[in-house]
Amino acid sequence: MASTHAVAPGRSEWDGGVSPMGASYGKLMMWFFLLSDAFTFSALLITYGLVRSSHQGYTGAVEAFKFDQAYWPIPERVFESVPFLHGVALPLVFVGIMTFILIMSSVTMVLAVEAGHRMDRKAVEKWMLWTILGGIAFLSCQAWEWTHFIHGVEVDGAFIHAGLSHNPYGPPDFAAFFFFITGFHGFHVFSGVCLNFLIYYNTVMGVYDRRGHYEMVEKVGLYWHFVDLVWVFVFTFFYLV
Amino acid sequence: MAHSENEVQVNVIPPDREKIAKLWKVAGILGIVTAIEFVIAFTMHHGPLKTSIFIALTIVKAAYIVGEFMHLRYEVKLLFWSILIPMIFVVWMLVAFIYEGLAIGSVRF
Repeated sequence: MASTHAVAPGRSEWDGGVSPMGASYGKLMMWFFLLSDAFTFSALLITYGLVRSSHQGYTGAVEAFKFDQAYWPIPERVFESVPFLHGVALPLVFVGIMTFILIMSSVTMVLAVEAGHRMDRKAVEKWMLWTILGGIAFLSCQAWEWTHFIHGVEVDGAFIHAGLSHNPYGPPDFAAFFFFITGFHGFHVFSGVCLNFLIYYNTVMGVYDRRGHYEMVEKVGLYWHFVDLVWVFVFTFFYLV
Repeated sequence: MAHSENEVQVNVIPPDREKIAKLWKVAGILGIVTAIEFVIAFTMHHGPLKTSIFIALTIVKAAYIVGEFMHLRYEVKLLFWSILIPMIFVVWMLVAFIYEGLAIGSVRF
C-alpha cells in the first residue's frame, strides 16, 4: 500500500521511489486508458440520448404498436427475433442470452485473474479459454443479430432492410445509432478476444511463470470487464428503455 | 526450443474458497438484477418511472462490475476518486443533453 509508506521529512510521496496510487505503471495506464474509452462511449451514448429525447416517444399500448417514422420504436417489438425460431415473437430473449454470455465471460475472467495471483498456470489456462469462448460466442450472436437487421423484415407486405440511412422500425437515426454503438462495442469485444488470446498464448508458453507474476492477466482483465460494463449500459439504453 | 527454459520452479498457492465464493456471489447478484430488469421490461408501462428504475439498476450493476470485478473498491482512495470524479461530470453531461433533447423535441413537435 503506497499511501502507508513512510516518507522522509521534507519530501513528498510524489518525489519518486513509491507508487502514490498503489498500482504499477501498466495497471495505472490501463485505468486511465479505460477512463478515456469511457469518455468515447459516453459521448456516443449521450448523443443517442439527445437525439432520442428530441424524437417523439410511443405512448400507446404495446399490443397496438406499429413501426412508424413518426415516433421512436419500442425495444420489445424491434428485438423479438431468435435464431431458428422464425416468425415467433420472443421479445428480448436473444439479447438476454447475449447478456448472460458476456456476464459469464466476465466471471471466468475474474477467476483467471484470481488464479494468476496464485501463480496457478493450469487454472489460468482453463479460465482464459472459457473467457475467449464467451467472447467468441457473444460476437457470433451479434453477427447473427446484425445479419437479421440488415437482411430486413416484412412490414405491411413490403420487405424492408435496415441500414444507416433508413430502417423499417422507426426514424433513420434509430438504426444509425444502433449499428454504430453496438458496432463500436462489438469491435471492443473483438479486440478483447485478441488480447485474451495473446494472454492465453503467453500463459501456455510459460512467459508469466518466468516473469514471476501474472499481472498482464489482471490488466487485460480490466479491459475485458470494461467491455462488459459498456454492454450493461448499451443493454439498458437500447434494449430496455 | 530448449526444454529447461519452460521449467521454472513455481509455487502454486491453493485456491481461497472464500474469495472464489465471493466472486460467484457477485455474478449471482448481476444475474438477479438483470432478471429483475427483464421482469420490469414486460410488466411496467413505458414512462419516466420505468426509465428511472432501469437507470438505477444499471448503476447498481456498474458499481458491482467496477467495484468488485475490476477491484476498484479496494484500490487506494486516490486512484478510486481519480476514476470516479471524471465520470460524475459525464453523468451531468448526460442529464444536460437529455434536457436539451427534450427542449429540441418540444420545438419540433
